[in-house]
Amino acid sequence: MIPPDTTSKEPSQMSTAREQSEQAEATPDRSGSVESRPGRGIKVRGLNAYYGKQHAIKGVDIDFPANQVTAIIGPSGSGKSTVVRCINRMHEEIPGARADGSVTLDESDVYAPDVDVTAVRRVIGMVFQKPNPFPTMSIYDNVAAGLRLTGTKPHNLRETVNTTLRAVGLWDEVKDRLNEPGVGLSGGQQQRLCIARTVAVSPEVILMDEPCSALDPIATLKVEELIDELKARYTIVIVTHNMQQAARVADSTVFMLDGEVIEHAPTNDLFTKPKDERTERYVTGKFG
Amino acid sequence: MSVFSEAAVSPRRRRTDRLMRVALVAATILALIPLVLVIYYLLKEGLGSINKAFFTQDPSGSFFGAVGGVRSAILGSLEIVLLATLISVPIGIGVALFLTEYGKDSKFANVVRYFVDVMTGVPSIVFGLFIYISLVLTHVGGNFTAWKASVALALLMLPIVIRSSEVVLLLVPASLREGALALGAPRWQVIFRVVLPSARTGLVTGSLLAVARGMGETAPLLFTTAGAAGLTFSLSGQMNALPLQIYNDILSPRAAVVAQAWAAGLTLVAIVLILNLVARAVSRRSRMA
Repeated sequence: MIPPDTTSKEPSQMSTAREQSEQAEATPDRSGSVESRPGRGIKVRGLNAYYGKQHAIKGVDIDFPANQVTAIIGPSGSGKSTVVRCINRMHEEIPGARADGSVTLDESDVYAPDVDVTAVRRVIGMVFQKPNPFPTMSIYDNVAAGLRLTGTKPHNLRETVNTTLRAVGLWDEVKDRLNEPGVGLSGGQQQRLCIARTVAVSPEVILMDEPCSALDPIATLKVEELIDELKARYTIVIVTHNMQQAARVADSTVFMLDGEVIEHAPTNDLFTKPKDERTERYVTGKFG
Repeated sequence: MSVFSEAAVSPRRRRTDRLMRVALVAATILALIPLVLVIYYLLKEGLGSINKAFFTQDPSGSFFGAVGGVRSAILGSLEIVLLATLISVPIGIGVALFLTEYGKDSKFANVVRYFVDVMTGVPSIVFGLFIYISLVLTHVGGNFTAWKASVALALLMLPIVIRSSEVVLLLVPASLREGALALGAPRWQVIFRVVLPSARTGLVTGSLLAVARGMGETAPLLFTTAGAAGLTFSLSGQMNALPLQIYNDILSPRAAVVAQAWAAGLTLVAIVLILNLVARAVSRRSRMA
């Protein structure tokens, strides 16, 4: 399971991420759109996750293809968030929680014993349900936070921050108040700021745990448009309660129930001709 | 008969409500009386002795002639408490960080919490005795010295700092820690760049509570620094402090010296008040930045 390149102290994705951030600075004039780039996919095999004695994820296999948006839907408590949190190893931050099985990013095992958990999270970014900009930091500092917290020093921090803010479509809204607190923004802006914070460190994968559930419909639409742009460059996994949202943004959709994957299919197929009876009942609103 | 008169509470309930309100207001006033009286007496007895000499001269100690001032006591108190703060605040916040960020609900963390609670209840004289036995009687770096008083006060302040800091650190939302961890930040970076800045105001307030407490303690000083009338800046010698000065002066047969003790008490209260105001101003400005 352990490929040779992860045995070095610096896992391969990290150096790749750095090269890419340098590339980003080389082209500072690109505004708004996200440059495309071949990404890396994620393979989950035989994943089990536990909260104490509770067996939350029961032997899950999922492929998240590169440069695609994969949505995970399912009723509350079905283990959607847990699966996502196992991918960047945030699951283990919860006291009493543990996981086994394998998660690989382009053949590199996320759970290999010599892999540094902080490197995993740098390469696999995460956006949370509730926007969580750092309250003591300005808008600018919030975007720069990821780079500063991880000790990454780009050639031109200001340019990286500005480019990232353009990439998430926040630049025009905040360019005159970069030094004001990030928490002064509206909810939707805060969430895009958090996406910018995640994107600024140039990850390979972006995990989104119900990123729009605290947002109004217009802000939701903006985030969805952003997701559509971001997949040119990143592999995206989005957990959502909202089936319309999955239908709008996802290339393929996973339906989960009670810690198991029931069905994984191209989004259109999953919603129009589900193979499993439980999927059909869920997507037609008969339960959950 | 209108809808409202039917829905209204019975006269008996309304009477009970009024009675309760009167009782609670009475209790509040009762509690305020001693507070106001303390300040009143400090001002009444002490204000008269506050003059230039009070701040610029040291206690004369002589039975005749001028009584001098309490300069050495004020500066001594500030020095001793400053050193005690430098010891107890970093360690205290460190322990609180361990409890909230690493120990959480582990058995060891809960044992630490229990001992911190016990330490909060230990009378201050016990800390004084402890330092007297462990540092003074063993002649570690001299007999009675100011730094030993600082250590005794630091022991006294430590549990206060730990408890107040832990409460404040727990108020920092878990989502902020997760957000920083998810960026790939190592835990110490999360603590220094996200958790501590978010809790700064509360940490300052909590530490100040401990400073105020340490400032007024007499018992730990009696056995450790033992007082000295003259002005000194050496922490490795005996040093005067306001509580010691008050303790000595209040028993004097000379009315002028007793009055000076009142004035010293007033000074002590004023110092704590000023520290509070300064800390509030500082934390308010930092929050707006």
